[in-house]
Amino acid sequence: MARVVLKLGDDISTDIIYPGRFMATVLPTETPQYAFADFPEFNAQLKKGEIPAGSIVVAGKNFGCGSSREQAASTLKGHELVIVAKNFARIFLQNAINLGLRLVVCPEIEAEEGDELEILPDKIINRTSGKEFRVEPLPKARQAIIDAGGLIPYTRQRLLEKAASRKKV
Amino acid sequence: MGMTMVEKILARATGQKKVTAGQVVEPKVSLAMSHENAALVINQFLEVYKDTGLKPKVWDPDKIAIILDHRVPAESSKTATNQKKIREFVAAQKIKKFHDIRGDQGGICHQILPESGYVLPGTVVVGTDSHTTSHGALGAFSFGIGATEMASVWTLGRVLNVEVPPTIKVVATGRFGRYVLPKDFILYLIGKISAEGANFKVLEYHGPAIEHMSTSGRLTICNMSVEAGATSGIVPPDRETLRYLKEEAGVKGKVEVFGPDSDAEYDQIVEIDVSELEPQVACPHMVDNVKPVGRVGKVKVDQIVIGSCTNGRLDDLAVAAKILKGKKIARGVRMLVFPASFRIYQQALKLGYLADLVKAGAVVMNPGCGCCLGVHQGALGDGEVALSTTNRNFKGRMGNPRAEVYLCSPAVAAASALTGYITDPRKGGK
Repeated sequence: MARVVLKLGDDISTDIIYPGRFMATVLPTETPQYAFADFPEFNAQLKKGEIPAGSIVVAGKNFGCGSSREQAASTLKGHELVIVAKNFARIFLQNAINLGLRLVVCPEIEAEEGDELEILPDKIINRTSGKEFRVEPLPKARQAIIDAGGLIPYTRQRLLEKAASRKKV
Repeated sequence: MGMTMVEKILARATGQKKVTAGQVVEPKVSLAMSHENAALVINQFLEVYKDTGLKPKVWDPDKIAIILDHRVPAESSKTATNQKKIREFVAAQKIKKFHDIRGDQGGICHQILPESGYVLPGTVVVGTDSHTTSHGALGAFSFGIGATEMASVWTLGRVLNVEVPPTIKVVATGRFGRYVLPKDFILYLIGKISAEGANFKVLEYHGPAIEHMSTSGRLTICNMSVEAGATSGIVPPDRETLRYLKEEAGVKGKVEVFGPDSDAEYDQIVEIDVSELEPQVACPHMVDNVKPVGRVGKVKVDQIVIGSCTNGRLDDLAVAAKILKGKKIARGVRMLVFPASFRIYQQALKLGYLADLVKAGAVVMNPGCGCCLGVHQGALGDGEVALSTTNRNFKGRMGNPRAEVYLCSPAVAAASALTGYITDPRKGGK
């Protein structure tokens, strides 16, 4: 069970998650400091370590729309936040899966800041309101990447297989 | 059932006779493009090779393009260091399609790729930029990916685990009216289907209004297809595509072209008669908050921007120069012009457009993404309003969450520069 620490609306763009003016910072080890930089209070809480790992951000439709900047996923991954949204924009969703950021697609989610949610494979139980909401599976094409722990280990595995098969020939 | 344009391309790129929407494929990549975020791609690429005992080597240096455009010349020491790291990698890996910050080869990636003849119809193109959708204008399946995914492409030459997207067929009939441009068409479409209306889908463009449209206009509509959430926009290649490739992009030899099957299965069909279309404006802070220019109300503007991968091409500069020639932009308005590439810059210089714009009071900047993404070259002050031919108006986009950005065509931008208010170009300035 984890707490909702931030509630957002529809169409939260990558410019809100990770403003363009910080794009010169690229390394996943450095991006977390700018997460939601234009929400100074929340950003300050994150930086002070006041938000425990596994805390939940709840959003509406089309979370992560806009830029392909991977910083938007790595900045959230750095704080080990879990994002529950009605749906996600394509590139953000893929970046998140590639980096191992946890996303949950929950088309009817109703939750407020402070609510305690239990996330199960097929549903979310809002322990504060007592309501349950169905969870949609992530695209099946991405399962192998999730299982491998992200795209880097998955690609490494494929690279080694390729190198081994070349040796045999 | 036949195949859509993208299904046909993916069938070829995977060596299969037929693929259908929803199927999972690993297509071969013909071109892999990055810009400054190549710095992150390099980091992730080296990470893939870590502890493998293998020497990091890209799968095919001739299929990788890197164009410095997002922050040129470097706005900070951090960016300059990233750009330096990219140059070193490019030299070490022998990547030839590299466009540095130079007056004889630089510009925005989404203009450099088409004008250099790097994109061919029927191929798979990926880029670490969401507006990679642009290259569908030449009949390629072209889409944006993240940096780690690009590191994977650099390693294996394929995009892993792609779900074949369903396609929405957009049919544009009629003829565009005076000062109604491709930008107005794509803004109208985004307003109609919403910012997530094509999420995980492809927008395939058809109809007489597309057939009569230049490649420049097609680049504008495919570019902004991502603002409706689309994986890609695509125009089936035709005579205009071949003309552009031969005459403007210098492509030699035979170019193979094919369209979708006549019995292809579409997710939905959207029809738009462009004859009825008025100039459109996307109001803050969402790209789908679109209204005809006449219904925006009296909005005073502080900064006008003409440029970007959406509208920084020669015909965009031509329409702005035509409206502004011999006139003065309104007092209190600053106008910034970013040609999309140095080739366009030189053409516009020769044709006198840049002189017309500068004499009217505009500032002509160096080709690049400029202020579009809010890093440098024209940030907004608190409470200021920008009217821009770029592609995004999200809160904070132009560097300040306390400012507002409206999006429009170059004709609306130029007409508004004369009055200082958002203005219908058909009614003219003062």
